[in-house]
This record gives sequence, C-alpha cells and structure tokens, in this order.
Amino acid sequence: MSVFDSPSAVADALRGVDYLPDPRISQVAFLAMRLGKPVLVEGPAGVGKTELAKALAAITGRPLIRLQCYEGLDESRALYEWNYKKQLLRIQADRDHEWSELESDIFSEEFLLTRPLLAAIRSEEPVVLLIDEVDRVEMETEALLLEVLSDFQVSIPELGTVAASSVPLVILTSNNTRELSEALKRRCLFLHVGYPNPDREQQILLARVPDITEKLAGEIARVATSIRGMDLRKAPSVSETIDWARTLLALGIDHLDTDVVGDTIHVLLKYQTDIERALKDLSVESR
Amino acid sequence: MISLITDFVQELRTVGVPVSMVEAIDAMDALSHVDFSSRPQFKETLRATLIKNARHEPAFDTAFEVFFASRVPAPEPGEDPADSRFTGNRLDEQGWMGGSSGLSVESLIESLFEAMANQNFDMLRNAARQAVDRLAGMEPGRPVGGTYYLYRTLRQLDIEALEQRLLEMFMTDVDPDDVLASRLATEDARQAVEQLREALKEEIRRRLVQDRGHEAVAKTLRQPLVEEIDLMHATRTDLVNIEHVIEPLTRKLAARLARRRKLSHRGRLDFRKTVRASLATGGVPVEPKFKTVRPHRPEIMLLCDISGSMATFARFTLQFTYAMATQFSRLRAFVFVDAVDEVTDFFKPGIDFGEAIVRIGSEADVVWLDGHSDYGHAFEQFLAKYGRELTPRTTLIVAGDARNNYRDPRAQYLAEVADAVESVYWLNPEPRAYWDSGDSVMARYAPNCDEVFEVRNLRQLEEFVERVTDQRVSRTRNRSKRSVAGPMNRLVARKNP
Repeated sequence: MSVFDSPSAVADALRGVDYLPDPRISQVAFLAMRLGKPVLVEGPAGVGKTELAKALAAITGRPLIRLQCYEGLDESRALYEWNYKKQLLRIQADRDHEWSELESDIFSEEFLLTRPLLAAIRSEEPVVLLIDEVDRVEMETEALLLEVLSDFQVSIPELGTVAASSVPLVILTSNNTRELSEALKRRCLFLHVGYPNPDREQQILLARVPDITEKLAGEIARVATSIRGMDLRKAPSVSETIDWARTLLALGIDHLDTDVVGDTIHVLLKYQTDIERALKDLSVESR
Repeated sequence: MISLITDFVQELRTVGVPVSMVEAIDAMDALSHVDFSSRPQFKETLRATLIKNARHEPAFDTAFEVFFASRVPAPEPGEDPADSRFTGNRLDEQGWMGGSSGLSVESLIESLFEAMANQNFDMLRNAARQAVDRLAGMEPGRPVGGTYYLYRTLRQLDIEALEQRLLEMFMTDVDPDDVLASRLATEDARQAVEQLREALKEEIRRRLVQDRGHEAVAKTLRQPLVEEIDLMHATRTDLVNIEHVIEPLTRKLAARLARRRKLSHRGRLDFRKTVRASLATGGVPVEPKFKTVRPHRPEIMLLCDISGSMATFARFTLQFTYAMATQFSRLRAFVFVDAVDEVTDFFKPGIDFGEAIVRIGSEADVVWLDGHSDYGHAFEQFLAKYGRELTPRTTLIVAGDARNNYRDPRAQYLAEVADAVESVYWLNPEPRAYWDSGDSVMARYAPNCDEVFEVRNLRQLEEFVERVTDQRVSRTRNRSKRSVAGPMNRLVARKNP
C-alpha cells in the first residue's frame, strides 16, 4: 500500500513537508506503513507528536481524521451515534406506517452520525487516523479503541458489522499521564519522541521559521538544549523554541547573548519560578 | 536468527522488561522488512516492537549492545577499513594488550583530543579502540564487568586534563564575560568527554562479548530497572534515576484524582432544566439534564518518618512529597522522629528540593526526647497540634517502617485521627515478611488504616497510586448511584448504564 521502499525514503518525504525526522521516527513510520500496525507515540508535550501524524498524512496523500481524546469521551463521540432527534421527527411525521416498516427505516444510514473512528473505517480511500492524547480516556473507552484497532471493524447492532474498506494508518499520541493498558500497547509499535538534539532542532528551526539564519538557529538550538538541562518544572518544548525564534526574528536580533536571553526568556519558559531559576543559572555560572 | 532473537527476548525478560509472545512474533515479522546491513534500522525495529515503555529503553540499549555487538556490522558501514581487523580472531593473534599501533600514550591523547575538538565520531571511535587496546589491560576470561576496564583507561588518559584542554579551546574565541557563551562552551566540553566515555564503553563491551560470549556479559551488566530498585538501599545514582521517574508518577496521580472529581459530576436530575430543554423537542423530554455535584477537592496530608533507620526512604518520600506539592494545591506535609512538625512551607513551588531537605534537617522540630522514632508520641502530638484541621475530606498518608523502638504504640491516637479523616493509607518500605518482627508494630496500627501497602520500590508505589485512585473512583460512583433514586432517574440509569 505504500510507495516507500525504505526508511530513508520516508525520511526524505517527511523532510519534504518540513517535518524533520530522526532515524528512529522514520524507521517506525516505515514499519507502520509496511505492517499496517498502529503507532503509539509518547513523549513530552510539544515535541511534534501530532505534527508527525499530519506530516504522514501529507506524504501519503491521505486525508487526516482526528479524534481528540478527553475525559469522558464515549462511544457516541468516538464511534457513532443515532441521530435520535431526527428519528423522533421521522416517527412523528409518519404516523400511519407499520412499526416494522418504520423500524428498518429509522435505523438506516441516513440517521447515523459517524464519529471519527467509524469515519476512518468506512472511508473508501485509506486515511491517516490520529487518536490524540489517548492517555486521557478512561479504561472503558480504551477497550473500545482496542476493538477497533485490532480488527478494524465496528459492529453496530442495528446495521451489522462494518469492516474497514481500507486499513487506516493509525497514530496514537500519549503524554503518559497514565499507564495505558498492556493490551493496547501490545498492538502498537512504540515510539518515544524526546527533545531533539541541537543539530536536529537547528534543522527544525530552519524549516519552520522562514528567514532565520543558520547561525541564529544553531545558537537558539544550543541554548534551548542547555536550558532543558536545568532542573525546571516545565522544560521548553520545540514549539516554544520555534516561538522564541520567531520573537527574536521579529525583534531583529541576529546573535544571542546573556542579555538577549534574559529579556526574551519568558517566551520559552512559562513559570515564573522556572524563569528565575534559569536566569540565576545563566548569570552566576561559575567558570 | 530466530534463536538469537528469542535469546535476546529472554534476556530482556530476565532484567524485568515484560515482552509478550505476540511482541516477539511482531519483532520477527517486522525484521523481514528491514535491511540487515543497517544497524540503526535493525535496532530501532526491535525497539519499536519489543519495548513499550520509555523507562525500559536503557535496559534495552544495554542488552542490545551486548547481544549484537559482534554480530551486526559495526555502526555506520564503510567507516574505516581498519575495522575489518575486528572481525574474526584478531584478538588471539594480537593478544589482549595489543600495542601493535605503537602509538605512545601522548600521541593517543593527541588524536583523541583532535577527534573531540572536531566532533569527528569515526576518528573518535578509532582512537578509543586504540586506547582500549593499549590502556585497558584486558585479561581474557576474567569475569568482571566493563566498568573496571573503563576506569583504568580513563585514568591513564587523564580525562580531566583532556576536558580542561577542550574547554580552553572552545573558549578561545569567547568573551569570558559572556556568561551564556561560556556556559555553552562548558557543556560542549562535557558532552565531548561523555562521547569519549561512551565510545570506550562500547569498545570494551565488544571485547568482553568476544571473549566470554554475550550471555555471560549480559549477566554482569544486568541492573535492576529503575522501578525495582529497593528504596531502602538505593545508592546516590539510583536516587537520581528515581528522581526522573517520580515526577511523571505524581503527574499521573494528580491526573487520576482530578478525573475522579470529574467523574462524579453527574448528580440528581435537574427538573427545571430538563423541561426547558424539552421545549426544543415539542415538549418531549428527550435530553435529561442533571444537576452538577460540587467537585470535592482532595486534601492530602503526608506524614513521614525521617529517623535514621528511614534515611534513604525518607529522602525518597520527601521527594515524592515535593513532586506532589507542585501538583496539588491542598497538600500538607509533616515529618516526625519522636515529635511532629509541619514542613509544608518548605515545599512551596519554586524552592529547590536540596534546599528544602537542608532546611527540614536544620529547622524542623522533630526531636522530642532522644531522636529515636516514637510513632505513638508522634501520633499523639499530631492529633493535639493538627487534630482540629482534619476534615472528612482529608486523605492521610503515613510513610514509615513502624519500628517503634519498643515504646508504647498508643494506637488509639491513630484511631482517633482515622475517625476524623476520610481515609488513612500507610506506606511501609520494609518487606511484608519483616513486619511485626523485632520492634516493628505494624499490626497494631494496621486496623486503623484503610489499607497498608508495602512500598519497597517505585513499581509498588505506582501500584499504590493506581489502587487508591481506582478505589476512590468506584467509591464515588457507588455513592452517586445511591443518590439517584427517583423513578425518572431510574429510567435514565437504564439508558446510561
């Protein structure tokens, strides 16, 4: 189903849509396409987990269907729901008909509200299904996902079983706020995405921030890595580094020094205590 | 090949990484799509299929290096023709001391320095190879881990001087007043040295494997996973590793408690709202509306024994407390030896953990008589000092080994505390078998606790977190079910089981 015959081909394609993969990411993406297995992407916020799914959709030319998970997400939001208001109206409008006739009528596709999971499975053309922040749903919902992900089919009592017409490429992301069930993990390829090393972060900045110079991008990447080494409540994510780079560019700065970092660090760090800690580390650093 | 993979899976299981049958099959399956000449491809494929928890990755890396050190072509194909010397039985020809290169130690250091300064990995790897050749003095058949050889090599290379020289070189075109730039230079130097260390380690490991086979080496390199380190006997490095794991764990705890609050939001039927909503559907109450229950904010009190026998564990519980304090606004921490003192203020967000520990050590008033744990007195005092502040919403967590130095346990005070709060959990860092032996009086306190947990390692702490939050969820659920009583609601209950 895929046109990529090696991980490096995947990597090149991803680079083509401004997503800079490391070898691990491209390898797992390649395997996912080859094996048709879902990928569970785990890592801190803002390192490009969701972006990866978007980039994969772009390079495969598939539409992206996104299921944003939250606490309390249930079948009717994830899978399908009967449009019962419409069904009620239908019943009221058609009082003269026999019940049996009516029943088959109101449980037809016309009254079915497809939600992301069902949509991904029913889609004629293959899609990329992004199940975002899967760690937020309850165990029960996770079991539901499991059913869909293992067989790629959904049974709707009134309609029968809907099997996938094409196997979607499934990307699940998790911030690891809770342990996902073993069963779910077993079905997935696992990919841990950490913060990029300075070289890769520089490349990301060059790709994502137009007009930035190679030198400034390099400096930003190194400073960001250095700040991540500090003992902070919330380390700066890649998306925050990108924001920072844009800010610096807008201010017309082309070289980083202690003062510039001190003046703009609030773009990078979001807690006052973190900012203080970072400034302290940057100013009394012993040599 | 199959047997190699199954051996590898077996090794992972031995160190405690759970790898299921299905995953092993998946790995084999996935390998059929992989170009074996590429080591990274091979490695990442195994990783993606076998490892499902980021915490297990270091164990995977070690096992992989040992198992596939000499089998898969060395990193980066085409790196150096000299590499071919390393296949086959070169070691037998040259002996372990090597020395064929004839390089003096000084020139070896020079070439290492050059490699590190230019960030030339291939060159670094080559030089590291020669360094191990000349300096590690490896003896065949000796059953030691690599660390011994590594330190031997590092000492002779004079690694500190090397780092200093690197730093000076990185600093040459840097203004010494520019704090940022010099910080970066220091980090670069440190990182370069770290790379050298890794290169040496890899090389030493490779030779060990060639000498003694991967199973024997894997055995010497086996380390407990971070979640299985015994907290009572953790070393400093262990504690650092544990530190990294605790934060996500408390985040998890916070997330689960928050979820519990949200789950309980469905309360009584709100008749007024339901009727209002039914107007949109011609008076048919299609969508029942509910009153929301005011969420209850958990209030957590932690009571930690910080006496000498608990030193390591106390450091860990305090760390846990510190991490929890960043997640819960309503968390209060108390420490005791034979007297109790509140230390909540020492854990205000933004205060460094090390600082907090020092302040607790010097400022907290925890010694009453002689500085040996006295749980009875501690509970009595806790009740007297803070009893009025206990509420039915409070969860009390006691961390201690219940070793009372043969003093009166005075469990009645704990009972009184337990009556005042919602629940009491006791975390005991000793193995269950040791409870109630010697001066341990766990059994006297246990009846007053909702549950006593053996928490000897992070895995058990995690289990505690999961258990407690799960119980809470089901309990709140039961409660809300009880409040749903009217006929209207029963209908609804059937619709949404």
